[in-house]
Amino acid sequence: MEKELNRILSKHQETGGNIISILQDIQETFGYIPEDAVNWFSERLNIPAAKFYGVATFYSHFRLKPRGKNTITICCGAACHIKGSKELLEHVREILSIKEDEDTTEDLKFTIQEATCIGACNIAPVVLINNSVYGNMEKDKLSKLIKGFVDEDEFIGY
Amino acid sequence: MADNQILIRVCLGTSGKAADGEKVISLFRMHIQRHGLDGSVQKRCVVKKVGCRGLCSRDLLVDVIIDGRQTTYQNVTPSMVERIVQEHLLRGNPIDEWAVKEDYAEFTSRQYKIVLGPCGVIDPENIDDYLKMNGYRALKKALTTMTPEEVIKEVKRSKLRGRGGSGFLTGKKWEICRSQPDKTRYIICNVGEVNRALAEGNPHAIIEGLIIGGYAIGASQGYIFIRERYHLSVERLKKAIKQARERGFLGENLFGTSFNFDITFSFGTEAFICGEETALMECIEGKRAMPRLRPPYPAEKGLWGKPTIINNAETLSNIPIIIGKGSEWFSTIGTEHSKGTKVFTLSGKIKNNGLVEVAMGTSLRTIVFGIGGGIEGNRKLKAIQVGGPSGGLIPYSMIDMGLDYENLQKMGSIIGSGGMVVFDETDCIVSVAKFFMEFLQRESCGKCVPCRLGTTRMLELLTKITEGRATMKDIEALERLSAIMSTSSLCGLGRTAPNPVITSLTHFRDEYLAHIRDKHCPAGVCRALITYTIIEDLCKGCGVCLRKCPAKAITGERKKPHVIDQSLCIKCGICFQSCKFKAIIKE
Repeated sequence: MEKELNRILSKHQETGGNIISILQDIQETFGYIPEDAVNWFSERLNIPAAKFYGVATFYSHFRLKPRGKNTITICCGAACHIKGSKELLEHVREILSIKEDEDTTEDLKFTIQEATCIGACNIAPVVLINNSVYGNMEKDKLSKLIKGFVDEDEFIGY
Repeated sequence: MADNQILIRVCLGTSGKAADGEKVISLFRMHIQRHGLDGSVQKRCVVKKVGCRGLCSRDLLVDVIIDGRQTTYQNVTPSMVERIVQEHLLRGNPIDEWAVKEDYAEFTSRQYKIVLGPCGVIDPENIDDYLKMNGYRALKKALTTMTPEEVIKEVKRSKLRGRGGSGFLTGKKWEICRSQPDKTRYIICNVGEVNRALAEGNPHAIIEGLIIGGYAIGASQGYIFIRERYHLSVERLKKAIKQARERGFLGENLFGTSFNFDITFSFGTEAFICGEETALMECIEGKRAMPRLRPPYPAEKGLWGKPTIINNAETLSNIPIIIGKGSEWFSTIGTEHSKGTKVFTLSGKIKNNGLVEVAMGTSLRTIVFGIGGGIEGNRKLKAIQVGGPSGGLIPYSMIDMGLDYENLQKMGSIIGSGGMVVFDETDCIVSVAKFFMEFLQRESCGKCVPCRLGTTRMLELLTKITEGRATMKDIEALERLSAIMSTSSLCGLGRTAPNPVITSLTHFRDEYLAHIRDKHCPAGVCRALITYTIIEDLCKGCGVCLRKCPAKAITGERKKPHVIDQSLCIKCGICFQSCKFKAIIKE
């Protein structure tokens, strides 16, 4: 961990430490923001850990808990909402057995999250799996898509 | 385009990518090579990826142009490629059954594409394509033949207004910034939701506009503020910046002048509040995105305390056009106080979902029924929401209204992000308003009391109405809260947050009253207010609903009419959906 943190630190040293950029880099490296990483940066940059915490909890994008290997993002913007994004979300929770107050499967294979608008309203409802966008989504289509990941660990198509 | 050429254009915007666009491109290339097509038809074959061309609901769209004759194919899948190559490319017979029909012409002919013009035509990842369409010529013109003051004057004369937020005159804003004594100034391009297609389809126009803006206000540093999640936009903008730098459009002493300019990225994260100028700057500075008190305005004291201009990508994409073609030409488009065009994402219950650009002043009827092709399933249009979550709900009766800044303001709406969502008779207006309030309540940054508490209380009241627990006093409370929030919130988010509620209360009051007085949801959406009943005469007693009911609320003997116990029913609607005999009614 130390090695990676040093790499991030060297990248930000000259700019004086933009908290959002540091958190983004931490999250990209570890998949979430570990408390230890924040304390480590807090000491070296002389910025109170509370400041990091304040920023990390302000933006829904930052996670304080480990993330699953694959992330399923369901867009819940207006256009997707009226085309049934809520049903899709409930459906994904059901097939992956993720409880109401949680967002990650126990085996850390999947994390689900809601997005506000991802700007692809014209193909609503939209689901992102990792970085790929899938439009005009339906429950059955989504089940097949997710199954592709469950079986092969990596998506091989549907 | 050269005569002796076959050109194939494949849409690779976000939607095109989602429709297997990349696979289709590689299949085209493979088949062309395999057939030795270049040799056998004596023409050069070019397969090109282009940005979004608008009609995303028919993706994948593919153009085949032979000797200037264009055929556009819709809903193309990888399995269709071989036949197109065989019949159209090799034998010269277009496949009519796969080609777009007349409604496609309807979709395109009523639009006025200036900003989106090159999207869908040029390869967004190739600067030469943009240069061929007079790209960067406006920049050269501005830098080598005009002073910054002249550029500002030209933009002022065009009467271009910010394509988002409050619609302030762009030239005026630039002028205020230029007149500041502080010589370190910044210009920021905000790439919001609707701008995404611009960044994907024609990123160089944004960059050119940003450089010209920098020259006009005297900034040497530009920022592109974009959400990390817009992967494709980021990737294309990054490529475009790299190419522009290589060709000397970015860097030092541009076009032999003393003007230096470069662009850096600032990756925002998911937060609606970042659409507010001062909150956006806080975010770039690495802090919680909470709006600042104004004045001072950003043009006077913005990023890092320096004079700063924030324009969105659509506004900036208009700049090269204004400088290139002149303000006089530009101001012939649109209405008296709203010049030019506006890009909208047309979505919701509409046949032709997509990205459209219309001249300011175009009526909603033209957009929804002309370009949009009408309502899905030919149901009745109920309302149109313009301007994103904090826009107003415009009823069917006002559909002949021309879209411009003034009319939208009169309607209690905003041009905002340029989202346009269409609702039909199966949508409940109260739950639509509640949905938007849920969003705004979650996105309120919490800095000022009217917005933080106002959105929370409003959401509670709307929830009460949808659950049938409200009284007439709650409507008064909603109206009172709306007035307080729209006058005393710190920023635009709080001030516009009541818009969906105010406009729906004005135009759809009956629907609110039905929920409150009659405990009835006319659209049959609000769960607490609907009842499912089995019609005795139609029920065959097949037992499907009985087996499927998760609450065990349905009883009855086989082959005899079944009954729903209302006290047990959880109103999930599974019985309603599963009955083959349409024996269950929803009221």
